[in-house]
Amino acid sequence: MARDRSPAELVGAAPDTAFEITFDGRPITALPGQSVAAALWAAGILAWRTTRAGGRPRGAFCGIGHCFDCLATVNGQPNRRACLVPAHPGDTVTTQEGHGHDELAV
Amino acid sequence: MRNPPDLIVVGAGVVGAACAYYAARAGLTVTVIDRGSVAGGTTGAGEGNLLVSDKEPGPELELALFSAELWRELAEVLPPRIEYEAKGGLVVASDGQAMAALRDFAARQAQHGVSTETVPGERLRELEPHLAPDLMGGVHYPQDAQVQPALAAAHLLRAAGDRLQLRLGEEVTAILTGPSGEVRGVRTSTGELHAPYVVNAAGSWGGELARLAGVELPVLPRRGFVLVTEPLPRVVRRKVYAADYVADVASDSAALQTSAVVEGTPAGPVLIGASRERVGFDRSLSVEALRRLAGQAVRLFPVLATVRALRTYAGFRPYLPDHLPAIGPDPRRPGLLHACGHEGAGIGLAPATGRIIAESLTDGQLPLDIAPFRPDRFGGGEAR
Repeated sequence: MARDRSPAELVGAAPDTAFEITFDGRPITALPGQSVAAALWAAGILAWRTTRAGGRPRGAFCGIGHCFDCLATVNGQPNRRACLVPAHPGDTVTTQEGHGHDELAV
Repeated sequence: MRNPPDLIVVGAGVVGAACAYYAARAGLTVTVIDRGSVAGGTTGAGEGNLLVSDKEPGPELELALFSAELWRELAEVLPPRIEYEAKGGLVVASDGQAMAALRDFAARQAQHGVSTETVPGERLRELEPHLAPDLMGGVHYPQDAQVQPALAAAHLLRAAGDRLQLRLGEEVTAILTGPSGEVRGVRTSTGELHAPYVVNAAGSWGGELARLAGVELPVLPRRGFVLVTEPLPRVVRRKVYAADYVADVASDSAALQTSAVVEGTPAGPVLIGASRERVGFDRSLSVEALRRLAGQAVRLFPVLATVRALRTYAGFRPYLPDHLPAIGPDPRRPGLLHACGHEGAGIGLAPATGRIIAESLTDGQLPLDIAPFRPDRFGGGEAR
């Protein structure tokens, strides 16, 4: 059986020690320099936001900060582009429902 | 080949669309020509303000009150997608002096058919929970409303039905005239189109079109920026602005003026509008205008400091020297009518303007005295 090769292996990278972040309370392993989206993908998580109008699932699409599809709530702050935000030890990523600002509604 | 239309409307903004809509409803056939797209000029760069609150007693207020009624009717006829919201306006004052002036202004408006309700400072946050706590008071204007201007223009055109033909991406390069100087139609980038009437609904570019017809109409552009936040739940219920806005609107100064008008939209973003400056048709971004708008919006609604501004858009509000629009037949050029120069109030004033144009063309009864809007009131006569 062919062995899956990670991008890190393909480029011969030797990253520093992995650390932990959480997604909706569940521990995820991330590497130094990895974006939040990359860490979530590496853990098999593809969706971390629901759309405002239809509640449909969304995750990374363009991966380069342009499309704003990958918005997530990171450390309590909504609308962070997961593909651009570097993961840091202890980061708390949570699924963002819609605009992520329900608490402001009057 | 279709028969020539009864009239040609130059400009597919909300004013041109309203002229076409009411003319078609009166049984006329209409061709709307625009060198750009529907709502591609000032209409698409506006916030969709349908305000009576910012108008002092006089001809513009009469026009606005009549138009507010027509918008209520249109909201029944046009699809909900135009996002008509009879949300009301709230004008707030930060100190006693501003409050006294505002109360005075509202009392004069109330004598001319504007519904007003004075709101003491301590009750402001019942109406708008996110308002800053230290405001002196305000006046609530239930007749103020909002619409999505580009969609409103598009649906007005669609509602005009079979009597309307729309020609976009086609620029009018000449007004054709007959032996006694009467209008015969237009020449465009693709050929000639004949009609006995031409309506100038070219907005900020209305002065140029008037010149093509050989008459002077001193329309000038006033640049305005609108700042757009990220999508939010309803954080602002009404149209909220500081009392100084009214003074700014009527001002003759060329310098940058800002007085934030803050409103939510059905799509989510909060719009922060209304910088004003006279810089010709210069589209370049003014960080200073945006900085001031943002600062003033945050002073009204401190919560906005915690959300992001995503983008901005700018447009040119067409104004005439006395800040009143030009509406109706131009006695200097038979067959030419004007419907432009509404400054920042064109979305609100569009239906009334359209009705006046349609009534003028069908010898119907004018809904109000249009003498103050006479297109030849600035003199100048024919431009040769």
